[in-house]
Amino acid sequence: MKVRKMNDVHPKIKEFAEKIKGNILASRAPVLEIPIRSLNNVEFNRQKGHFTIKGKLKKRALAASTSRSFAQTLRMLSLAKQLIESNDIATKRDAYYTAYNWLEAGFKSQQESDEIMDDIEAMLFTLREKLGFIPDEKGGDVVGKLIVVDEDEDKNIVRIDCSKMGTGAFSVPNSVEQLKFETKAKFVLAVETSGMFQRLVKHKFWDTAQCILISLSGVPTRAARRFVRRLSDEMNLPVYVFTDGDPYGWLNIYRTLKVGSGNAAHLNEFFCAPRSQYIGVTAQDIVDFDLPTHPLKEVDIKRIQDGLKNDPFVHAHKDWQHNLKLLLKLKKRAEQQALAKHGLNYVITNYLPKKLKDQKTWLS
Amino acid sequence: MSEDITVDSALKKELQSKLSFAEKPGAKESQGSEATQTRETQLSQVSQEAVEKKEQKQQKQKKPKSIKPDEVTAAERLSKGQRDISVAEFFEKNRHLLGFDNKRKALLTTVKEAMDNALDACEEAEALPEIYVEIINMGQDRFRIIIEDNGPGIVKKNIPFVFAKLLYGSKFHSLRQNRGQQGIGISAAVLYAQLTSGRPTRITSKIGANHSAHYYELRINTLKNEPEIIKDEVKEWDKPHGTRIELDLEASYYKGAQSVDEYIKQTAIVNPHATIVYVTPDGEQRIYARASEDLPKQPKAIKPHPYGVELGILMKMLSSTPQKTVSRFLCSDFSRVTSKTANEILEKASVEPGSKPKKLTRDDAERIINAIRSVKIMAPPSDCISPISEELVEKGLKKEINAEFYAVVSRPPSVYRGYPFVIEAGLAYGGNMPKDTSASVLRFANRIPLLYQAGSCSFTKTVIATDWRNYGLSQPRGSPPVGPLLVLVHIASVWVPYTSEAKEAIASYPEIIKEVKLAMQELGRKLSRYISKKRSVQDEIKKRGYIEKYIPHIALAIDEMLELGEPVRIQIEERLKEILEKKRGKIESIEFDENANKDYDEEFAVKRTAAGILDDDYLDEEQGSGKQSSEGKKPGNENEGEKDE
Repeated sequence: MKVRKMNDVHPKIKEFAEKIKGNILASRAPVLEIPIRSLNNVEFNRQKGHFTIKGKLKKRALAASTSRSFAQTLRMLSLAKQLIESNDIATKRDAYYTAYNWLEAGFKSQQESDEIMDDIEAMLFTLREKLGFIPDEKGGDVVGKLIVVDEDEDKNIVRIDCSKMGTGAFSVPNSVEQLKFETKAKFVLAVETSGMFQRLVKHKFWDTAQCILISLSGVPTRAARRFVRRLSDEMNLPVYVFTDGDPYGWLNIYRTLKVGSGNAAHLNEFFCAPRSQYIGVTAQDIVDFDLPTHPLKEVDIKRIQDGLKNDPFVHAHKDWQHNLKLLLKLKKRAEQQALAKHGLNYVITNYLPKKLKDQKTWLS
Repeated sequence: MSEDITVDSALKKELQSKLSFAEKPGAKESQGSEATQTRETQLSQVSQEAVEKKEQKQQKQKKPKSIKPDEVTAAERLSKGQRDISVAEFFEKNRHLLGFDNKRKALLTTVKEAMDNALDACEEAEALPEIYVEIINMGQDRFRIIIEDNGPGIVKKNIPFVFAKLLYGSKFHSLRQNRGQQGIGISAAVLYAQLTSGRPTRITSKIGANHSAHYYELRINTLKNEPEIIKDEVKEWDKPHGTRIELDLEASYYKGAQSVDEYIKQTAIVNPHATIVYVTPDGEQRIYARASEDLPKQPKAIKPHPYGVELGILMKMLSSTPQKTVSRFLCSDFSRVTSKTANEILEKASVEPGSKPKKLTRDDAERIINAIRSVKIMAPPSDCISPISEELVEKGLKKEINAEFYAVVSRPPSVYRGYPFVIEAGLAYGGNMPKDTSASVLRFANRIPLLYQAGSCSFTKTVIATDWRNYGLSQPRGSPPVGPLLVLVHIASVWVPYTSEAKEAIASYPEIIKEVKLAMQELGRKLSRYISKKRSVQDEIKKRGYIEKYIPHIALAIDEMLELGEPVRIQIEERLKEILEKKRGKIESIEFDENANKDYDEEFAVKRTAAGILDDDYLDEEQGSGKQSSEGKKPGNENEGEKDE
């Protein structure tokens, strides 16, 4: 799968600004065309194995209701150009604070500035990291059979052995494009909770299973997704995902890692790992392993129903529909750590080996 | 034209309007009803006596064929035990009924009665009125009032009766739109003047260039209700024709909401064809110049409409008609009665159409009245009414108040109790008027400003009963709307149903309330269209401001990205503004321009007070005046209202 190179952002910004200027000088109201970032503007592409954008655009013509965000978009773009030119970076929050200098064109909240940033990213069909904007939070933690080759600020090559992190872990940087990998691992195991990750690290599960462990800590960051994607593509590794047995773990964490999200509709081709397979906890596992459960919350039920109705990924996968419906029937959910009912290390000694062996219990 | 109005018919007429007013289920006069009752009792006693006296006379003269013997006996019996009172004497004791309840009001009422007569006289003679009013403060609560007009003058022999005999006048019997109607006002002022100052009233009148002016000094003989001539002279007067009246009376002068000043100002507003020169007690001369050269259309006199006629009047008309048959009488003495209608009425009443009117009994008359009510009769003609016209109402409003928005409405003619009337209304909104006080309501009847008793006037009540919230204004329960608003209501009618002889408030006839309500709703709709337009323009201005605020940011960002330099940046800014202008169109200016209203005249401007329209009632109480007794709230104590003395 071809990964598009994205180092052409600077001319793109100028090109865009020229177009706006041209329109204005020709006395035409300038219009911004921004791909809509939501689940209803993506479809599941079986061939590519991830969400692709359907191409719906929102047009933001200069008018009373849009004049403010119009000005903000252009100013944000100008800020990006300055960051690129000075080879600097700004976190999303930095950008939000920088805009305080724009006086009346500043943002009321960071959410507003994040939205504008995402708009620009989508509009220019680029990565916000390429614009000099980096996320506030970092990617996941990595431990296992992997050597990451990186450069430091002085362009020295740095080799990081992820099997020798002591009790800590390698932390995925905000931008992973420059990283190179060396590995003999058989697969990547992505784990939802850091509690579970800690247990697997403590007992060197990566060693026994010859794998790379990565903790996602909730919905994986773009960097974590991109990291997994590159590992999977370039090292030819399958990715197994282990989350809580609830709709959040499935539809938010797993689905986003595997095929992308609605919010990043324009970027999914870079930020997903289509070779991911879901190994647990499934609804069937709750029954088979007799796990302690909690009743489904109102929001869980809504998320399942919404997924069944609106998620193109669920539409494309019968096994997932079945899984969601079964959970609805059980009216229960179970956490990863519920396995501890059968003994603290039951997950290492029994659950994971059993699940990894039996492909029939996986979900696509 | 002038004729002696019998006491009974005048008071009957008044009583009828009173009684039918009290009967109306909608009239919320419960707290005053007891009082009204008492007043009616007083009136009816007098009228009863008068009727009896007349009946006695008739007995002597003509033999009472049409009157039942038992009534006569009762009358005879009653008359023995009773003293003869003249209406002048009656007034002396009940002066509050005519608007002389306190010194302050006496001043206003006197000016008002004299001005009403002056304006009526000029208009009847089709002359553009030029009225001169002077009030001189003579100290110790004594005032001299001088009012002079350029009317047709009064023929010598009538002068004493016009000014010094109560209930003498030309207007009472003709159903024609006039300011005065009872024949009571000016002579009441004369009587009040003589009671409080002891001095006679001086009249000068001249009927043409070739005639000499006559000068009279007059008093009223209160026992006989007859004029007493103190002096009768021929005088040189440089005026070609006109009348001048000079009275001395006890009074007090105040400025403000219910002052003479205000009355004259408002009179000028609704009489744009008149020039009024007013010299205030402070010696200041104010000239209200005529704004229109067009005399109001002279209203035609009409005959009474059958629906408005009641038993007493019918009986009087029957006895005085020259017609030979009752059928002819109905056709010729009433409006809208055809011979077919007449026969239908008479058939229902079981009265022979050929009967002589004078021979009909009271029972016959009563059956005719009942029959009239069950027969369909066309509404009376409305050409007898002379409204101010929408144009002049608006002009008047503009003169008086510098607002952003004016609306006027002239309702089609309608009818109450057989009397045609027209409601005209106007509204001024915004501008310099205070935003957080109750709306002012200016009330007018036949071009007379009504300054007192706003609270008991059906106009005010209807303004309050209208739901102004539907039209974008706030309105506390039971109050007029709140906002920069002034409402004007005018009734033009051949017979205005005042709640009292003082002519201060309009009675609550459902037909009148309905018309006022419809007028208010029409004004409200116009206002709400304006308010919503204003809002949308303000919105647009806000939006524009919004865009304009961000244009520099857009230009700056483009400049930063492309390093264009200031000239191009400015060009971009200008182009963006052009695009905006093209896209949103030119904006309509709704800014209030203080100088845009060419008709506005500071002199006329009504001074609004924080208390809004009801302040006059508060003022009355503040001054401890006896307005209450004019409403008859304290029965049996006629002197309640005369604390000032």
